[in-house]
Amino acid sequence: MSNAPTSEAYLSVQDLKVHFPTSDGIVKATDGLSFDLERGKTLGIVGESGSGKSVSSSTILGLHRGSSAKVSGHILLDGVDLLELSNEDMRKMRGRDVSMIFQDPLSAMHPYYTVGNQLIEAYRVHHKVSKKVAKARAIEMLDRVGIPNPDKRIGDFPHQFSGGMRQRAMIAMGLINDPGLLIADEPTTALDVTVQAQILDLLQDLQREFNSAVIIITHDLGVVAEMADDVLVMYAGRAVEYGPCKEILTHPEMPYTWGLLSSVPDVSGDTDARLVPIPGNPPSLLNPPTGCAFHPRCLHRDKVPGDLCSTELPPLVPGVRGGFHTKRCHLADPDRIYETEVLPEIAPDLVDEIIADSADNAEGAR
Amino acid sequence: MLAYVIRRVVVGIVMLLAMSLVTFVLFFASPADPAQYACGKNCSPVQREQARKALGYDKPTLEQWTSFMKGLAVGRQFPADEELRKAAPDNVVDCDAPCFGYSTYSIKTVNEMVSEALPVTFSIALAAVILWIFFGVLIGVLAAITKGSFLDRGIVGTSLFLYAFPSFFIGTFLLTYISIKWDVYPLPVYTSIADGGIGAWASNLLLPAVTLAMLYMAGYVRMTRAFVLESQAEDYVRTAKAKGLATRKVLVKHALRAALTPLVTMAGLDFASVLGGAIITESIFNFNGLGKLAVSASTNYDLPVLIGIVLIAGAFVITANIIVDILYAFIDPRVRVG
Repeated sequence: MSNAPTSEAYLSVQDLKVHFPTSDGIVKATDGLSFDLERGKTLGIVGESGSGKSVSSSTILGLHRGSSAKVSGHILLDGVDLLELSNEDMRKMRGRDVSMIFQDPLSAMHPYYTVGNQLIEAYRVHHKVSKKVAKARAIEMLDRVGIPNPDKRIGDFPHQFSGGMRQRAMIAMGLINDPGLLIADEPTTALDVTVQAQILDLLQDLQREFNSAVIIITHDLGVVAEMADDVLVMYAGRAVEYGPCKEILTHPEMPYTWGLLSSVPDVSGDTDARLVPIPGNPPSLLNPPTGCAFHPRCLHRDKVPGDLCSTELPPLVPGVRGGFHTKRCHLADPDRIYETEVLPEIAPDLVDEIIADSADNAEGAR
Repeated sequence: MLAYVIRRVVVGIVMLLAMSLVTFVLFFASPADPAQYACGKNCSPVQREQARKALGYDKPTLEQWTSFMKGLAVGRQFPADEELRKAAPDNVVDCDAPCFGYSTYSIKTVNEMVSEALPVTFSIALAAVILWIFFGVLIGVLAAITKGSFLDRGIVGTSLFLYAFPSFFIGTFLLTYISIKWDVYPLPVYTSIADGGIGAWASNLLLPAVTLAMLYMAGYVRMTRAFVLESQAEDYVRTAKAKGLATRKVLVKHALRAALTPLVTMAGLDFASVLGGAIITESIFNFNGLGKLAVSASTNYDLPVLIGIVLIAGAFVITANIIVDILYAFIDPRVRVG
């Protein structure tokens, strides 16, 4: 790899490491993360709390600056390495080229300023326009995200909005400068289910309209299935599985992804299906387990010869199905284990379907 | 909003009534006899009862309290006893409403005494509050934005050090060394604006105000630092950064704005309590303010003066509370009703 990184993708994150030195040692919140994202496409980053998904995305926004974080690697946005920019240049990109929608819109909006004030502020940071022009733009954006009577509601304070409306207003604020990249950090977690679906629909519509690249951070595989083109599963600061959304959801090759899938309830599914939690807790990022960080919680590590799982970190390599689907696991034949052991337990009704499907693609299991 | 304010004012007045009643009861429940004290050491029982009558302390406590209330409402005449007024009409003092009473010890109405002392206390309190809020908030913000640095640690350490010093130490130090021994700054003597203009008024206030402000300032530095650090960790400050706002704007418009609310509350209440009399500061610099008046009134068993000061100090605190609550509605839109 040459010193000056290049990429054809709109956003290219290469070997990103975010380490926090603490008095107890180095916390490796993100440890060697790479992915590419095109405009108009959506990447879903999935993982438990503390897997490093939020830290990685705030680093793209440059929010780590001024903290103790040690960052290395490359974040190329439209060919520009964001990590090489001066603080002032990064500030100018924030909100204009990259913007972010946060989890809880009530605490993410300033309680003392009107929604309009905060939208106008976001627009005027990057556009030298009068307040009147900015206000018209803010009303236009509120209207676009589906807030009724935007010319009146613009004078309301965040607490006068409902939860769903607040998140709509946050989205309007995030998109007001038409950024190329939008990062949505658990945008629906604080909302109830019916509103969640509306917000996701809205995000998809706006993505088509603005042709922006979207990173959606979530622990909800339902959101991923709905939104994402690509999926990146994170565990203990590293990508453990990365590939096209459909591939990952139908042929996952990493036991952690199996665990995530097993713990999603399916209301319309087979009543014989079981909801299987992943045993144990997410690892400490201060002293992550040796080898594969997931091995202490992995139900399938005895299928790997020797103590490979606890001694050697598996590389992120293309799986047996090939193509653009990489996984970080020592298991020799993960597809077979998934189909014969995991799937029958969590979704018995799907087994036949999947097996028939894979019989078309590769050598059959029958 | 208006209904809320009216309700608060009514409750405040009821509280002041209760305070005055409690002060009356406590005064007469004390084992010391104010009449004996006024009469002197070699005082026969007959003379003592005459003194009691002259002071108006011979009536039941409740009756004294109701005539005090009547005085507040419509004014009254002293001595309180009608026979004494008839016997010596030349000595009758008229006290117009709102009459806080008459001090036989000082031969003045309480209203006169308070109106002499209040400007002094008000001046010290005002100068001190300006000093401690300006420097306290400024230094506190400085410590917060340089958190963890040498400067921050220095500020935190120094403010703790100053906070531990009682104001009688700082006051005595300033008076003895700065004014007397080293002669750096002239000895402060209270000069009203009418007498010496704003310059003389302010320059004479400097040392007492610094004495009074020092203690509060140390506390405000630490609290401002804590409030700003807390608001800097809020999600909405992160949102402001994510918008691409300049660091200064994030700090001033978003973080400081939120830290302002608790500071306004505290400043309002602290100012009111200082208005009730900065006893130690006034005593050290010999400024005849409410604090000094309260001390002399209590050593002399001067009930009317005590009651007057208690009520005025109480009224300040209650008023400040109401004002702070109203201010809240302006600062924090979530508090606004309707």
